[in-house]
This record gives sequence, structure tokens and C-alpha cells, in this order.
Amino acid sequence: MNLRQLGIRSKAWVRQLVDKTLAWTSHPDPLQLLVLAAALSIPVTWPIIIDRVYVGSILAFRPFGLGFIIGSTWIVSPPGGGPPLLGALPALSGSGVTTIFALLIAVPVSLGVGLFQSELAPKQIRAPSVFLVEMLAAVPSVVYGLWGIVVLVPFMGVNVDPSLKSALGFLPLFSGSANGFGMLTAGVILAIMVVPYASSIMREVFAAVPKAQREAMIALGATNWETVRKSVMPFARAGVVAAIMLALGRAIGETMAVTMTIGNTAKISTSLFAPAYSIPSIIANEFVGSENPLHLSSLFALGLILFAITFLMNIGARLLIRQLSFKARRGHVA
Amino acid sequence: MSSACFLVALIPLISILYYTVNEGYAALNLNFFTQITPPIGGSGGGILNALQGTLLMVGLASSFGIPLGVLAGSYLAEYPSSFSNGVRLLADALTGVPSIITGIFVYALIVITTHHFSAWSGGVALGSIMIPIVAVSTQEALRLVPPEIREGALALGISRSRTLLQVLLSTAKKGIVTGIVLALARVMGETAPLLLTALGNQFLLTNLNDQAASLTIVIYNFGTSGDPRAVHFAWGVALILLLLVLGLNIIVRMASRQKLQANQ
Repeated sequence: MNLRQLGIRSKAWVRQLVDKTLAWTSHPDPLQLLVLAAALSIPVTWPIIIDRVYVGSILAFRPFGLGFIIGSTWIVSPPGGGPPLLGALPALSGSGVTTIFALLIAVPVSLGVGLFQSELAPKQIRAPSVFLVEMLAAVPSVVYGLWGIVVLVPFMGVNVDPSLKSALGFLPLFSGSANGFGMLTAGVILAIMVVPYASSIMREVFAAVPKAQREAMIALGATNWETVRKSVMPFARAGVVAAIMLALGRAIGETMAVTMTIGNTAKISTSLFAPAYSIPSIIANEFVGSENPLHLSSLFALGLILFAITFLMNIGARLLIRQLSFKARRGHVA
Repeated sequence: MSSACFLVALIPLISILYYTVNEGYAALNLNFFTQITPPIGGSGGGILNALQGTLLMVGLASSFGIPLGVLAGSYLAEYPSSFSNGVRLLADALTGVPSIITGIFVYALIVITTHHFSAWSGGVALGSIMIPIVAVSTQEALRLVPPEIREGALALGISRSRTLLQVLLSTAKKGIVTGIVLALARVMGETAPLLLTALGNQFLLTNLNDQAASLTIVIYNFGTSGDPRAVHFAWGVALILLLLVLGLNIIVRMASRQKLQANQ
């Protein structure tokens, strides 16, 4: 029995809903309710996160307004007394510089690794190479941080920074004193951490390219490289963009390894050698023990900004990937 | 060219493993597992309290993270609709939320309301990281079950919920367990959310309402202290953490590879 049989006119979705409810009440499926309730925990988490972080940051946006985002000082207790002067720009710029620098290194490398693993590596090497990259992705970030402090910081401070300075010191980017703790080192460690993540997504993107695409090119007498360039890359372009967006979201939210190597100083500087703060590192460093409510609220506000950036990157990238796999199923070329 | 990229990407892995094993092994002795952490700069001591904190909080996280994740994943796989599609998108995006944000969120939700840092809040933070990871991997595992098995069960007149419980979940068991173990390994290595929720503790935990230590917090505090003895100690902790995390990873990947070969 349904609504139409009863002679009731209604919109399609109303009809569907009523029909489904009726069907369910005649054959109840308690497990369906249970799994639905569990699945609801995922969409329900979102408004709670947004609400909690937003409520925490209201206090900071009240005196500073949207000017908080472009406020260029982060002075918790001004020397002459008075209220703290807090703006997002020092942490925002630190995050921006380290993330962009990390992606400049990580994107080409992970593109290479992804191509190697999906297209070019001999069959016997593929599985072990995927395994090694997975291990690299599984190392906890605090261990990267410890390695950064003990191995990478001295290496950068003694070897890399001075030689960059003598070669490119005329640029403001490579000026000033360098002791190893700073945006450059944090960018390098971020790049190292992002490569396994980005390359595994790129490998999957390349694997989604239909076999026929490659076979057609090879049948035409194309070389390996031509096949990759002319038939794999055009198909995978959207997926590669998505992988880069996901890598950006991952890099900008990375906390421990950056906190341990970036030098933790709330200053904007032009030199890559200079110590700085990133959004996650300022939160990790100052959150516990912040006694001024305005200070704590400003850290919440930084969290809200970080959340917004990663949310946009993630949703955008996932939609792109969905579109790509949809296309792959239908066998179309971009 | 691209094989060069691959080799470059491996250098850090080799260096990290070398330093952790080399420096970490020197820090190990019997006391390392039976004593609590020394004050920074102090000698001796062990990681008993950190190991206890990590295991307790991961246990707490699993107690609700695993069942919720598996059930949510079952919903995503077995009741497809535009709604479950949207939930999957949100689950994917949730796995991309930086863990420090999870820390802030649980801080605001639990630490502010209860007025103290606690093992509870650390467990909740880790668990909320686990749910979307387990849900997505469960959905993928269920999706790999051949449609014939599902159809066969339904054709025998078995109800949908029985099919899910007795046929599908047991067929996809290996994949689901792999996902769970990988999620466990992932949250075991989390530091940032714990810094804002569990905070760390120099002593053994007697009450879940107290602050809790974890292996990762000890590595962070000791590693950044600048004291050579403390950094040495941090390497020892890093070795144990790496053994646990990479060990779990290697075991399940070996197991799932065997399954693949058996299928071929």
C-alpha cells in the first residue's frame, strides 16, 4: 500500500519518505537504525567542532574584529603593560612560507615517486617500494621532530644555510644569521613528511587511468615517457591537483615536527633562516599555560582559521577525486 | 628521473631508522621498562608511566572508536544513498582535520567543562580521530566483498541485517581488522591532541581523571629540553614507539599481502 493507491497527491520526495517509513514499520530492521546512528556520529561531529572552536574565538574577534587576521603583531604582554596586541599574521605568514616551500620540494618529488611506482618500476620492485613509502608515512611526527632537532637542524645550520647564504645572500630570502632553527628547516622537514602522503595519492590517481589509454599509445609505438606525458597525465590532471590540495592541507596542519624545528618566535621576517611560528606550532606552544583569556581566545581563533583552510582543501580535493573516478568508470578523457 | 625521486625520498627513512635504532638502543636497559620517567636532566628512570598512559588512552579510544567506526562503515557500504555519500565525504574530510584542531575541540568540550586535564579527554580525542579512519576502511573492505555473496545470502531469504552480521562482516573480516590496526598505530603516535588534553604526568596513573603521560609527550618534552641526557632518553622512547607503530604496520601489511597472493 502506498500513497498513490490511497489517492493522495504529493511531491515525489514526500511520497518516497512516507513509503520508506511504511515499508520500514512493516519490516523493521533494527540493525539499520543502529548503523545509521553510528554513521550519524560523523556528520554530527562537524557542527560540534565548528561551534566549540568558534565560541572559543569570539572573545578575540570582538576587540580585533576581522583585523585580527591581518594584525601583524603577536605581543602577549606588552612591555609597558596594557592589553595584549594579538594578530594572526605572524603565525599565518610562518605557516604560508613553510607550506609553500615544502610543496615546492614535495610536489615534484612525489609526482616522480607516484609515476615510478605506478608506471615505470619493474614489477618485482613495485610492492617493496610501496611498502617502504608506507613505512615513511607511518613514522609518528614527533619522531620526525626529534630527528629534526638532533640531525636536520645541525646539518642545515652547519652545511646548508651558510652555503645558501654565500651563494644567494644578496636576496633578502637568504640573509641574516642562521643557526638551523627556522622556516627553512621546518619547510624541509615538512616536505619530507608530505612526500609519502602525496605520492601514495598520486599513485592511486595514476592507477585509476584506464589500461586502454596506455595500451593505445604503446600500440602506436610511443615510448614509456610519451605514454605518461600524452595519455596518463592528461587523464590524471584533476587527480594530481587534488593530491596537491590534500598535501597542502596536511602540511599546513602538521604540528609536532614543525614546532620542534621552526624556532618558535612570533615575528614576521623576510629571511627563510629566521625563526618563526606556524599556526599549529603557536597553538601547541602557548595554549596550555596561557593565562590571559584574550590570549587563549586568539589561539582558538587561529585554530578556526586553520580549520577553515584545511576544510576547504579537503572537501575540494575529495570532490575532484570523485569526479575523476566517475570519469574513469565511464572511460572518458579529460 | 623518477627512480631518483624515489631514492631521494628514502634517504630520510634510512637516516631516521639508523638514528633511532643506534641512539635508542644505547638508552635501553631493564629499568627503562620498570621505572617512571626521571626529571629532565636527571639520570636513570624509565617509561613505565608513559607506556601505561599511552596504552590506557589508546584503549579508551578503541572502546568507542572501533565499534562506532565499524558500524558507521557498515552503514556507508550497505545502505547506499545520497545521504551516505555525503557522510562519506564528511568522513574523508574529517580524516584531514589537523589533529591539533581535534585537541582544541576536545579541550573546549571536556577540559573546560571539567576544569582539569585528564586521561579521559586524551582518550576521547584519540577516539574521535579513530572513528572516521575505521569507518572509511570498513566501507572499503565491505565493498570488496563479491556481490554474489551478498546476493546469494539475500536470495536464501536471510534478512539484510543477518546478511551484514553473519555473512558480510565475517567475509570482510581481514580487511576490517587491517583498518582497525592501522588506526591504532596512527593514534598511538599522536602528540598534538594529547598536549591539549592529557598534558603529561611524571607519575603512574591511578585515576582516569588525572593528567596522563604518553610516549609521544615524553619524546616531545625531553627532545626539546636541550639537555643532552634528556635527548638521549627521548631516543630510547622513540625506539619503543617506532617498534610499536611500525611493528603493527608491518604485521598487518604482511598479513594482507599473503591474502592477496592466496587469491591470485
